Amino acid sequence: MMSMLEATGVSKSFGGLKAVLNVDLSVNKGEIFGLIGPNGAGKSTFFNMISGAIPIDSGTVIFDGIKISGMKPDRICRLGLGRSFQAAKNFAGMPVWQNVLMGALFGQKGQSYAQAMSAVDEVLDFVGLNDLRDKMVPDIPLAYQKRLEMARSLATRPKLLMLDEIMAGLNPSEVGEAMELITKTRDSGITIIMIEHVMKAIMNICDRIAVLHHGAKIAEGTPEEIAASKTVIEVYLGES
Amino acid sequence: MKWSGLKKEFQYIIVAIIVIFFAFVPLFGSTYAITLSSTIMMYIVMASCWNMFSGPAGYISLASGAFVGLGFYASGFLSTRFPLPVLMLAGGLASLVLAVIIGSITLRLRGVYFTIFTFCLVELVKAVMTWYEIMVVRKRGLNVRNFGPNAAFYAMLVMVVIALAVVVIVRKTRFGMALTGIGESEDAAAHIGINTTAYKVSGFAVTAFMMGTVGAVRATMLNHIDPTSAFNMMFSFLPVLMCVFGGMNTFLGPIIGAIVFAALQYNLITKIPQIYMIIFGAIMILSILFMPTGIVGVYERVRKAIENRKIQKVGGHL
Repeated sequence: MMSMLEATGVSKSFGGLKAVLNVDLSVNKGEIFGLIGPNGAGKSTFFNMISGAIPIDSGTVIFDGIKISGMKPDRICRLGLGRSFQAAKNFAGMPVWQNVLMGALFGQKGQSYAQAMSAVDEVLDFVGLNDLRDKMVPDIPLAYQKRLEMARSLATRPKLLMLDEIMAGLNPSEVGEAMELITKTRDSGITIIMIEHVMKAIMNICDRIAVLHHGAKIAEGTPEEIAASKTVIEVYLGES
Repeated sequence: MKWSGLKKEFQYIIVAIIVIFFAFVPLFGSTYAITLSSTIMMYIVMASCWNMFSGPAGYISLASGAFVGLGFYASGFLSTRFPLPVLMLAGGLASLVLAVIIGSITLRLRGVYFTIFTFCLVELVKAVMTWYEIMVVRKRGLNVRNFGPNAAFYAMLVMVVIALAVVVIVRKTRFGMALTGIGESEDAAAHIGINTTAYKVSGFAVTAFMMGTVGAVRATMLNHIDPTSAFNMMFSFLPVLMCVFGGMNTFLGPIIGAIVFAALQYNLITKIPQIYMIIFGAIMILSILFMPTGIVGVYERVRKAIENRKIQKVGGHL
């Protein structure tokens, strides 16, 4: 199978704290890949290093055949890697549609305004935010703010989308909607890596899962393997 | 960036009337009126251009004094040999180069650190210039050739037209959108493919260029310049004050602020030189407290209040 993202020996420390330790991760094209672990396990730090938000201490990241470790986030984005943030980061002074327009305009080189505007309609339809398109960001519910982040990333036409706790704070029916949306996104040809605490979602839609604990990868496998793994139950599920 | 409640076209018409009014001042006005108008126009350029970058991007720059000062010295060094447009270009380019260098280093600093650095930059450049005059040339200040009040006046007028055109173009294109995105959320902007450093440095540099050019013109109105008059913190603070007072991130706000404060300063600096700064400080504090969105924001609030009252009368509910 073709590999979409290949991380080798990725590490990061903040002062004396080793946040991410020598993590290897390989994500295949067309996969939904889950990244789980207790709070503080280093999941978001790992995302931040992949997307270029923070510099990588050591290790390499190959994205779709190109070495992206050391690149700035805007270049990584234009290569086709989109992401959402754990705490939604939207353009609060703009209406919903313009947030998406920003992604469409800047995500790829040489986008005309007309092209970008048609991408906006397409993406808003796809994620189901069309009814809220003229609302300002602070006026829409938090669940939709996270979905807006996803929409903005989708507008950049990514090959790989990294979603950081997109289901946090959603009610069960909204979780169902989000799961559907993520599966639909994958079916449209976009590989997905997601950090998530909602186990039902992770176990249902992920093809493979990796578990981080204290910055190190302690397990990797299919949802069934992860659910049956003794180590995982001990360090992760056992805690709750 | 948002347009205030007034229609775009209407705002253009207001500005066009202001510019045309200024254009006729030399035909009827006294020398006093011409000099005052030139000063006002200088501040229109400075405030509008400051607002063009610092408004949407959220990087509050206090470096204006350094850029204007470089314009002063470009005129000081070159005025005996070259015509006014060359001096303006030289002042603008010198400022642009400084802005690119400084911007590449310091625009990584976020929030208040950038502001502090730009504040210190003015003092730094002033200190270097003072050292140069004391230690190297051993002569304080420079004489600047005066091209006459009308030359300076028309140069400022041309710069106002250019500056407002640049402001409109920037806010209408993706350049302005990128700056707004950076101001709203720099992380989000970077992660949708906006090269934040490039946009910030270019925005800062364009602003610096414009300030350098008007600085060069300003120097020709003064006959003599020295580091204290050139690298003057007032040039840094006034554009901020004008934008806060008039309304940040609006098209008309900085223009209104520039006209009000330039006129005030021009009149008060001779009459009550000791306390006019106190008055400005008080106005600044009151503006921030009671009209954080400036005069333009107050207008908008009043308009919305009236509209709401209308809706309530009809019995509608939003």
